[in-house]
Amino acid sequence: MSRRISKLVEEPAPQACPVPEIDLSLVAKTVAEHDPSSQLITIMQKLQGAYGYLPETVVDELSRQSGVAASRIYGIITFYAQFTTEPSGRYKISVCQGTACHVAGAPLIIDAFEDAIGVKCGCTSEDGLFSLEGVNCVGACALAPVVRVGEDETHGRMTPDAARDLVAELRTREVEA
Amino acid sequence: MSVGTGTAAKALADAFRPERVTIRDGEKEIRICAGTACHASGRPAVREAFKEQLAEKGLADEWKVVETGCHGFCEQGPIVLVMPEGIFYPRVKVKDVEKIIQTTLIEGGVVEKLLYKHPKTGERVAHEKDVPFYEQQRRLVLRLNGKIDPYSIDDYMERGGYEAVAKVLDEGDPDAVIDLMEESGLRGRGGAGFPTGKKWRFTRGAPGDIKYLICNADEGDPGAFMDRSVLEGNPHVVIEGMLIAAFAIGAREGYVYVRHEYPFAVQRLTHALETCRERGLLGDDILGTGFAFDIHINEGAGAFVCGEETALIASIEGRRGMPRKRPPFPANSGLWGRPTNINNVETYANVAWIVLNGADAYAEMGMGESRGTKIFSLTGKVQNGGLIEVPMGATMRHVVFDIGGGMLPGREFKAVQLGGPSGGCLPTDLLETRIDYEELQATGAIVGSGGLVVVDDTTCMVDLARYFLKFTQEESCGKCVPCRVGTKRMLEILEAIVAGEGKDGDIERIERLATTIKKTSLCALGGTAPNPVLTTLRYFRDEYEAHINEKRCPAGTCQALITYYIDEGACTGCTLCSKKCPTNAITGEKKQPHVLDPLECIKCDTCRQVCRFGAVKVHSPATV
Repeated sequence: MSRRISKLVEEPAPQACPVPEIDLSLVAKTVAEHDPSSQLITIMQKLQGAYGYLPETVVDELSRQSGVAASRIYGIITFYAQFTTEPSGRYKISVCQGTACHVAGAPLIIDAFEDAIGVKCGCTSEDGLFSLEGVNCVGACALAPVVRVGEDETHGRMTPDAARDLVAELRTREVEA
Repeated sequence: MSVGTGTAAKALADAFRPERVTIRDGEKEIRICAGTACHASGRPAVREAFKEQLAEKGLADEWKVVETGCHGFCEQGPIVLVMPEGIFYPRVKVKDVEKIIQTTLIEGGVVEKLLYKHPKTGERVAHEKDVPFYEQQRRLVLRLNGKIDPYSIDDYMERGGYEAVAKVLDEGDPDAVIDLMEESGLRGRGGAGFPTGKKWRFTRGAPGDIKYLICNADEGDPGAFMDRSVLEGNPHVVIEGMLIAAFAIGAREGYVYVRHEYPFAVQRLTHALETCRERGLLGDDILGTGFAFDIHINEGAGAFVCGEETALIASIEGRRGMPRKRPPFPANSGLWGRPTNINNVETYANVAWIVLNGADAYAEMGMGESRGTKIFSLTGKVQNGGLIEVPMGATMRHVVFDIGGGMLPGREFKAVQLGGPSGGCLPTDLLETRIDYEELQATGAIVGSGGLVVVDDTTCMVDLARYFLKFTQEESCGKCVPCRVGTKRMLEILEAIVAGEGKDGDIERIERLATTIKKTSLCALGGTAPNPVLTTLRYFRDEYEAHINEKRCPAGTCQALITYYIDEGACTGCTLCSKKCPTNAITGEKKQPHVLDPLECIKCDTCRQVCRFGAVKVHSPATV
């Protein structure tokens, strides 16, 4: 066994998918604070909040620590919109797709973002800067159409033009930072 | 607060800390709305500006800056109220703060140009109570929204908070509470309208020592945000309702299942629960009566179907939120297989008022089998959007035109959509329909959770139907075939129609699918999914036919069926549109009419939005 490992180390050529370096100690800590039999989703929400996403390593560790089968955890991840196994971009742009936003032109806003960022809705740009997603009603209907950047920044009464400006502004923000 | 003589009433009086009341009526205050919409419109900056400038001018001791829950008039946010006069400043910007401080706080006058403009008379309105949006409402559930600090339990107690709990605990008769709910005529406000008292009686009567209480705050209907505003503005009124319900049915443990997309609601509710525990309103010995109850918060992880009660229970239990067949109903076998009572936020928020004011006072409002008030979130193409509460029995016309102020200038009313993806729409000639569970159902629409979206002549009804169906199709949990596959096939047909690829017989195919899905789906998500399509077909069949037979979108919004052009007579050659066009599709000399090249145009609508002369137009010719 050890011989095989050392051999792999010597020959770096066939690389598996890169495994992100993640401090997994948080998983055990979170599991210890909750009851996995009744609070599995809460635990997963905490972990998603901390890591930003739930990669394979985290799911495996959660399965080990909680005794819940990884298949069941994946079942939950794929069912609920909140969970993702992919990291999101630095700026997560969420375009509200509630009814009020829809009738106020949300589809045009999504088109404009897709155009300005260069990715389809639901994807992350190659440079990792932007994620673009459509989200269910955020409940700020009076400001339709509404766009959120990250968790805290909300832009109301958007137009396609303002969407393109926002992308440009975020790019500048990134350069300045 | 008034105090009774029982154990609970005395304990409640002891729990009250009058010195900690944040907002007192009659004091000098700047009240800033801290609801989600006002927050997004710039509330934090306005608050800081007031605080800084009051401090600079040495007025910080005299004038207090306080934050309240949602006032409801979200369209006009951020809203600032100068108390005690109740002077109402809408859409306040940081640059307005200095003027307000100087004119209103120091000189005692009003800044005329910052006041709300009456949508009909054009006159400026100085006081909140005179704003027509508020004037015509009957605020019962929302009575303290915007009037208390959601972080202060004492603000709530000073205004009679938790007296209803003390009353029922001192009277000690759970059956009497259930009788009261039945007499009041309160029905579930989440959509289905099941009589609340009856539901409680089922759970109370179900065999078993351990019973649970759930508050459904998984407000998923797009366009509905009343539950969020109640939780954000007055979380205690929901907790109090849950306490009374728990006492009535005999539950010791409760859950609030709230959308994770509502961070402010979660924060304020969490804080409210903590203060309740500190003050002895939750725990093992509530108000010294030995009654034990506590509430946990479960955050939903983003699944519309979890608004369905059996799916919600599955989600709390840590599983995929898929509904199951009923019966057994949760009242007999709910959370962890125990008898469980589920009501939504607004339903619980009615309870304390009924206990304090009596069933008759409640039943006095409304008509037929629909009693009390209902909150609607009025949105879309209406002048005064926001949260409104009206007595049951009010007409749709009253809501849209009197409270909502009618349509945006130059636009024509087309329909009002109620109940989101489970509901339907009402056209102009049904505007006299009253808000009543039965009367609305007869039209194909529903009261639903209270989302009320007004659309005008620029909204395509076929596209709106497609929008709702796309939503339900994406949110279908996939457990039963009619919903999983049926909605998919229906959506494909609708997408073809809006893309100009509709075929003869599509309408009939849609109708056949809709009927089957309605009849055979496992839960209400599937069972109601065809409603938006069926009602638009019922009232706007001509729009479907125009798309299919003439390849034309009468509203001019379906991208595949429209072209943009510039009206030479109206164009002044200001060059704005050509500067803004992302594909350089518009060309022309300064002060000369511009020309739009349809081959380059990506139909992003920017030119039409920026044009100040209405020169950019949309054309949807009959191509067949």
